[in-house]
Amino acid sequence: MAPVAPRSGDAVFANIERVNAELFTLTYGAIVRQLLTDLEEVEEVNKQLDQMGYNIGIRLIDEFLAKSNISRCVDFKETAEVIAKVGFKMFLGVSASVTNWEADGTCCSLVLEDNPLVDFVELPDTCQGLYYCNILSGVIRGALEMVSMKTEVTWVRDMLRGDDAYELRVKLLKQVPEEYPYKDDE
Amino acid sequence: MAAIYSLFIINKSGGLIFYKDYGSAGRMDTNDSLRLASLWHSMHAISQQLSPTMGCSGIELLEADTFDLHCFQSLTGTKFFVVCEPGTQHMDDLLKIIYELYTDYVLKNPFYEMEMPIRCELFDLNLSQAIQKDRVALLGR
Repeated sequence: MAPVAPRSGDAVFANIERVNAELFTLTYGAIVRQLLTDLEEVEEVNKQLDQMGYNIGIRLIDEFLAKSNISRCVDFKETAEVIAKVGFKMFLGVSASVTNWEADGTCCSLVLEDNPLVDFVELPDTCQGLYYCNILSGVIRGALEMVSMKTEVTWVRDMLRGDDAYELRVKLLKQVPEEYPYKDDE
Repeated sequence: MAAIYSLFIINKSGGLIFYKDYGSAGRMDTNDSLRLASLWHSMHAISQQLSPTMGCSGIELLEADTFDLHCFQSLTGTKFFVVCEPGTQHMDDLLKIIYELYTDYVLKNPFYEMEMPIRCELFDLNLSQAIQKDRVALLGR
């Protein structure tokens, strides 16, 4: 049987059940606000958001693969493109652009012009160290880990901090080959 | 008619996390199903290593005299396989649908723990509907 053609982010987004964007944005705001109250330290909130994102990512990847019919990517470049064009589109309704490749192809930037998470957000002076969207970096890290890529994801630019766009730096640390607990006879 | 005999889902370390049988043929007890699941996991792994082609993703179809076994492995390592009547068609599509149901009703359940046995009513319900639909479609063909 011929493999099913991969679907575009738009096609999947159109078919998926959605909720009101405001409900989503406000719910996320409420979570961040609650974390700030509970944990008090901005640094701790960043960490917690990242961890929550990671937990989402390790489950989300399967939905992504199941609904987009994406097959194995040949290299990290293709992976980054797929995240930016299909992944973001499918789950957030926006697409990102991939830029600033390092020469060895292991590190790139995902630039988001539009970010539905921050629609009503203004960072107060007391939370200047907060990476409000840190959940996104966790999602990407978790999702890629499930398809055997260890990555490090950090924010470079953040519009809430006065930059002109959102920029996520994704660095491929190592590709863990699928391994079995036995070794070939040595 | 029972085209599908049974359905297995195994996690990436080879543990059986879901088993269901349909109809009377090939019914087995819990121990046997666990054994069969880990056996298949190993055979699948060995087939990848033995294959002369590079980048082989393991056995997809095993044809025997009395049954066919169709296997689908997701890129994250979870394997879904059905045992069915020889020559049953469109099992790949059914496995894709089951994979989607798994992502929707198992992974999205906040109380489901990853890699653990699946005990989700919504999954069971939607799964039996999908299988039912598949049977109806088979009769129509």
